[in-house]
Amino acid sequence: MQSQTYNYKVVRQFAIMTVVWGIVGMLVGVIVAAQLVWPELNVAEWLHFGRLRPLHTNAVIFAFGGCALFATSYYCVQRTCHTRLFAPGLAAFTFWGWQLVILLAAISLPLGFTSGKEYAELEWPIDILITVVWVSYAVVFFGTIATRKTTHIYVANWFYGAFILTVALLHLVNSAEVPVTLTKSYSAYAGVQDAMIQWWYGHNAVGFFLTAGFLGMMYYFVPKQAGRPVYSYRLSVVHFWALIFTYMWAGPHHLHFTALPDWTQSVGMVFSLILLAPSWGGMINGIMTLSGAWHKLRTDPILKFLITSLSFYGMSTFEGPMMSIKTVNALSHYTDWTVGHVHSGALGWVAMVSIGAMYYLIPRMYGKTEMYSTKLITAHFWIATIGIVLYIASMWISGVMQGLMWRATNPDGTLTYSFVEAVKASYPFWAIRVLGGVLFLTGMLIMFYNMVKTIAGQKAYEAPVLAPAGAHA
Amino acid sequence: MDINDARTVVTVLGFVCFICISLWAYSGRARKGFDEAALLPFGEDDLPPSDSGRQTKEGNKNG
Repeated sequence: MQSQTYNYKVVRQFAIMTVVWGIVGMLVGVIVAAQLVWPELNVAEWLHFGRLRPLHTNAVIFAFGGCALFATSYYCVQRTCHTRLFAPGLAAFTFWGWQLVILLAAISLPLGFTSGKEYAELEWPIDILITVVWVSYAVVFFGTIATRKTTHIYVANWFYGAFILTVALLHLVNSAEVPVTLTKSYSAYAGVQDAMIQWWYGHNAVGFFLTAGFLGMMYYFVPKQAGRPVYSYRLSVVHFWALIFTYMWAGPHHLHFTALPDWTQSVGMVFSLILLAPSWGGMINGIMTLSGAWHKLRTDPILKFLITSLSFYGMSTFEGPMMSIKTVNALSHYTDWTVGHVHSGALGWVAMVSIGAMYYLIPRMYGKTEMYSTKLITAHFWIATIGIVLYIASMWISGVMQGLMWRATNPDGTLTYSFVEAVKASYPFWAIRVLGGVLFLTGMLIMFYNMVKTIAGQKAYEAPVLAPAGAHA
Repeated sequence: MDINDARTVVTVLGFVCFICISLWAYSGRARKGFDEAALLPFGEDDLPPSDSGRQTKEGNKNG
C-alpha cells in the first residue's frame, strides 16, 4: 500500500495536451475572426470560414476543454478517493482514443465532412469512436469511486460524474443517424423534432460539459489553491441537484420564434430563468470560499484566474437567463450579442478556470511546487483578461446595433436598413474582436513557454497513495 | 392512463424529490457527513517533497 503511487501519467498527458489544443483551437478562432474582417483570407475551400468555424468550436470545447476535464477529473477522483485510478490500461486508452477523435475532427471538418449538427458535426464513424472512449472514461471514473478508501464521495466528483453520465446520454440521443456512406449520414429525426433534440443536446452540452464538469474542477482546485474548505458544503449539494433537475429543460430558448410550439418555448424560457438561482449558488459558494483570505488574491495569480473565472461564470449565467426572455431574445437572437455571451462563458469561465487548474497541476506532475515563473502567470492573467473584455464589449455593441438595425422600420413599414448595411456597420467591432482574440491567444503562448520551462530537465513524478486521514493507526 | 399523465407524474415526482433533497441537506442529520466530506481535498498534502525543504503554498518564492 505504501509503495503504490497515483496514476499521474494520464493526468500529465491530458494536462500538456490541454495547453497544446488550447493554442490550436484559439488560433483557429483568431483566423475565423480575421476572415470576417478580411474576407480575402478565405484562401481555399478547406480553409473557408464555414469549414474552419466548426473546427474552432470542436477544438476549444472538446479538445481544449475535454482534455482539461479528463486531466482534472482523473487527478481529483484519485486524490479525494485515496486510491489509484481504476483500470490503468483503459485510462491510457481514453487518452489515445480522445486524441484520435481530435485528429479525425481536424482532418474531416476542413475536408467538409459534417452531419450539420452544431457542436456535434462529426460524422458517424467518429461518433462511434467517441462513444467507445466515453464509456471507457465512465468505467475508469466510476470504477475509481467504487474502489475508494474514503466514506464520502467529494462534491467535485458528483459534478464530474454528472458530466460524464449526461454527456453520454446527450451524445447517444443526438447522434442517432442513418449512415449512407462512410462519410455521410442523416439525422434519425426530422423537422422541428430534429431541431428540438439538437438544442436539447446543445444547451445541455453547455450545462453539463461546460458547466457541471468545470464546476467539479472549481470545487476541487479553488479550495486547494485557497487552502480552505468550500464555503458551504450544504449549498454545493443543493445547487448540484438544482442544476441537474433544471438544466435539461432550458434547450428550447435556442428556438424562440421558430416552428417549435409556443408553450415549449415558454417552458424553456421559464426554466432558463430558474437556472439563475443554482448558477449563482455555485458562483457565490466558490467566491466565498476565499472569505477571510482575500489577501491571497493580491499575490497569487492562480487564484486570480480561478476567482475571475467565477466572476465571469456569474456574469454569463445572469446574461443567459436575461437573453432567454422572449422579448430580449427578439433583439439578441442571431446577432453578435449571442457570440459575445458564449465567449464570456467560454473564455471567461471555462478557459480561465482550466488555465488556473493547469497552473496548479503541471508543476505537481513533475515533482515541483510551482511553475517556472509566477510573473509570467500574472502577465498571462492580465493579457487574457484584457482580451476577454475587448472581445465581449465589442460583441455587445455590435450585437445590439445589429438587432436594432434589423428591426428598424420606416413610417411606411419598409425596412430602414438593408442587411448588408448592418454588416458594414459591424466591421470596426469585428476588428476589435480580432484584437481581443489575439491577446487571449498570446496569453496561451506565454503559458506554453512557462510550461516548457517548468518541465525541462524534470523527471515525471508519481505521488504515493496515502491512506485517508481517519484510517491512520 | 395517457402518456401525458405519466409525464406530469414524473415532473411532479422530480420536484418533490428535489424538495426532499433540500430538506435533508438543511437538516442537522446531514451536517456531520458534510463537514467530513468538505475536508476530503485536505486529507493529504499534494506538494511533492521539495529539494529545498517543504514550501507552503503561501511561501511562493516568486510571488
